[in-house]
Amino acid sequence: MTYITKPRLHHPTLTRNKVGYTRRDYEGKVSTLCAGCGHDSISAAIVQAAWELDIQPHRVAKLSGIGCSSKTPDYFLGASHGFNTVHGRMPSVLTGANLANRELLYLGVSGDGDSASIGIGQFAHAMRRGVRMVYIVENNGVYGLTKGQFSATADRGSKSKKGVVNTESPVDLIGLALQLGATYVARGFSGDKGQLVPLIKGAIAHGGAAFIDVISPCVAFNNHAGSTRSYDHVREHNEAVSRIDFIDLAQELKAEPAPGDVIEVPNADGSMMRLRKLHEGYDPTDRRAAMNLVQQMAAEGEIATGLLYVDPDAVDLHAALNTVPRPLNGLSEAELCPGPEVLARLNAGLR
Amino acid sequence: MKTRLEAVNDFVVKFANVNGSGSASANELFAKAILRMGVPVSPRNIFPSNIQGLPTWYEVRVSEQGWLGRRGGIDMMVAMNPQTWDQDVREVEPGGYLFYDSTRSLPESALRSDINVVAMPVTAICNATYEDPRQRTLFKNIMVLGALSVLMDIDPEVIEKLFGEQYKGKERLLESNVRALQAGRGFAKDHLSPPNNRGIGLKVRRADAVGDKIFVEGNAAAALGCVYGGATVCAWYPITPSSSVAEAFQAYCKKHRHDPDTGAARYAIVQAEDEIASIGIVTGAGWNGARAFTATSGPGVSLMTEFIGLAYFAEIPVTIINVQRGGPSTGMPTRTQQADLISSAYASHGDTKHVMLLPQDPAECFEFSATALDLADRLQTPVFVMTDLDIGMNQRLCKPFEWDPTRSYDRGKVMTAEALEAGCDFGRYKDVDGDGIPWRTLPATHPSKGAYFTRGTTRDPYARYSETGADYVYNVTRLLKKFASAANLVPQPEVRAALKQTRLGVIYFGSTAPAMDEALVALAVEGIHVDAMRLKAFPFPASVRDFIGSHDHVFVVEQNRDAQMRTLLINELEIDSSWLTKVLHYDGTPITARFITEAITKQVHALAVAPRRERIVQ
Repeated sequence: MTYITKPRLHHPTLTRNKVGYTRRDYEGKVSTLCAGCGHDSISAAIVQAAWELDIQPHRVAKLSGIGCSSKTPDYFLGASHGFNTVHGRMPSVLTGANLANRELLYLGVSGDGDSASIGIGQFAHAMRRGVRMVYIVENNGVYGLTKGQFSATADRGSKSKKGVVNTESPVDLIGLALQLGATYVARGFSGDKGQLVPLIKGAIAHGGAAFIDVISPCVAFNNHAGSTRSYDHVREHNEAVSRIDFIDLAQELKAEPAPGDVIEVPNADGSMMRLRKLHEGYDPTDRRAAMNLVQQMAAEGEIATGLLYVDPDAVDLHAALNTVPRPLNGLSEAELCPGPEVLARLNAGLR
Repeated sequence: MKTRLEAVNDFVVKFANVNGSGSASANELFAKAILRMGVPVSPRNIFPSNIQGLPTWYEVRVSEQGWLGRRGGIDMMVAMNPQTWDQDVREVEPGGYLFYDSTRSLPESALRSDINVVAMPVTAICNATYEDPRQRTLFKNIMVLGALSVLMDIDPEVIEKLFGEQYKGKERLLESNVRALQAGRGFAKDHLSPPNNRGIGLKVRRADAVGDKIFVEGNAAAALGCVYGGATVCAWYPITPSSSVAEAFQAYCKKHRHDPDTGAARYAIVQAEDEIASIGIVTGAGWNGARAFTATSGPGVSLMTEFIGLAYFAEIPVTIINVQRGGPSTGMPTRTQQADLISSAYASHGDTKHVMLLPQDPAECFEFSATALDLADRLQTPVFVMTDLDIGMNQRLCKPFEWDPTRSYDRGKVMTAEALEAGCDFGRYKDVDGDGIPWRTLPATHPSKGAYFTRGTTRDPYARYSETGADYVYNVTRLLKKFASAANLVPQPEVRAALKQTRLGVIYFGSTAPAMDEALVALAVEGIHVDAMRLKAFPFPASVRDFIGSHDHVFVVEQNRDAQMRTLLINELEIDSSWLTKVLHYDGTPITARFITEAITKQVHALAVAPRRERIVQ
């Protein structure tokens, strides 16, 4: 593989955000994925969300597992530290990184093989542990790097490029996340950036474990007729149940009074999220209702997208552990080592 | 004629009990009382993987000379478990003693004619004294302790003082325990002592042989080492015999690691879903600059292997406390072995080598755990602390914990924002100092400099993905250089020269040490003089090669079937296998001084080295 560096020249008229960065500053290396891959659209959405939220790129740690999706952290946020870990184990590494320094934004990128097969255990436990993170699964129902085997999220009855029909039930990551206590659960579609960017922004602002399942068609192995993860199929069957109009505090003052079908959800970072209901009777803060709706729509062959569930009062693992507000990796020796006098007392107690 | 063993402050007592019967605390009191009388003791729990109902033993070595290893052989058996009666009776040395509950009379055939029997109807006495069935069971053990204190001259005041410490603020419990103790003493005085009975010949006499030593389990010591060494993240999954490391870390942190003003924790402990997640969390924390560790045992290390390879290759500090048990597979979960040496040293696919520290006792568990955290940061690699069940789960007498107030944490080569700003050339995998150890940056160090992408795939010195052969070779060769640097940074071996010049040498390590100390003296008494080297770490520094090279025959004593340390020595030092003779003990019980003495004696004769006189330069 060749190593391509993007030119560092910036157009002088590129707009800068509040922290002085242009959108280009959030980009990474040139993608080596196939032309038209849904994953590249997700990378672009991450770039846009981070730029719009005025996040300093070096304050982000991006982690991934193994697979096509897990390669993408190299293609965005080039000024952030990244970690391409082992297959299916991104959640644990991210958990450790988060424990070491709670001040950074943790972005976990994974795929359906990485999170629904080999890594389903780690996915589940990161959700129930409430690690503050944005967990994005780039879900295409197929193993791309190993050339087209079904993944565990492939629908039963879906056809592979070679014509094989999948006979196994799909793992529903959304259902699992809801059931396991994730406090922000959303589904997006790589072909709908207008919906995806606010979903990512909402996840970034969230105070706990935020999970976004992004349907991301694989142009090389899973974009044919008979596949339920093709662009055509997803465009036809995706039904948004909500729309986020993300607003920060400064803009909130100018915002118009909320009409009846809009819910305002405060975020952990002090900003406010405005959520527009698109589905009758839908309440995104009711976990059980969200589970029912997603199940019901799936039974009808529809793919529910949008913000499906959010707990505005979510807290994270650090709150549960009552850790100090400062990052653990920055504590001094004096704060960590009890010293010789304490040791003398401990010795005395062991005689 | 029946002989009677007579010994003062030098004998072995073994208690055979049923687990879950409350025997553990009474047995510990027995050992501690002798210790408080100034006589060194070394107890060992031999317990089943079970909570209630299976046999468990507690073997106490009493030795004024300070021998803390197992000697081998039992001088007195306190046989309280009918299930294991035959085996227990068999183990007693001729002339030794069998103390048993004589509530039900036993046929002659159940006893041995060459040992001395001390019978006490413990159950009957208890049933007559207590109404409550729970008390009947619990106080049985204390009554036995009372009787033994009379028979062996253990000061009852010492035991009562221990009760006082144990039941501080629980006066009723204290009082009832004292009463049970006195009841046992009363029976022993009336029925088991002269003039009615000859009693036993094993006696404890006050001495001053303990000094300032402490009595502690290796797992607690390792945990405290992690507290002192600055570990802030601990991720673990329960597994015998390592669980108490994480539990002790939690307990010590609760007392010593909270912000005095806010009460907030300066540490994070996660009981993970499995060992894979544990090591993943530790890897993530280490990558992000926190000192992190996990504690596990063989099966856990097997699961962690993929991550250990990643941490080796991506160069991330990771500390793993491996409390070894009997393997393979589930093996003997509650028995001890040193059988994870090769699987830890070379954990992972591909070419890998890992640093291992080999503590001999709790004092070194403390010291080496703190050192491991330093070494992991310095070397940016996994570091194992290879302890075992024998050290980890038994209280052992050892020198007190020491912490040099001038010592400071070695955080290794972490490039700062200032250095980056000053224009330092940052190549994450570049050897700039000639020691094979590269510099690293932590996430969020600098807004525009020093970020890199960590990966398990090959990369060039600037951390850029590369499958070029030359880049790969540069990298893995540098890792070898780093490993060579490690040999000089790890704790160095300790050599003890024999009293006389000799061509025989012995290499040993870890929990074998106390038994070896005693065996070396026993061998010398028989005229077999052996120079001894105690290994404290892997990789081996040059001094290990020199030691082997300067002896005609070197024994390698270890507690596994396959002579794993010997294999590491042969492989790493590239020496002839015939230079190293195996001495192997692997039945799951801690190695004994007698075993080592006999094995070496036998092999010395077989070698026809004739170490005595003619071969020894006088």
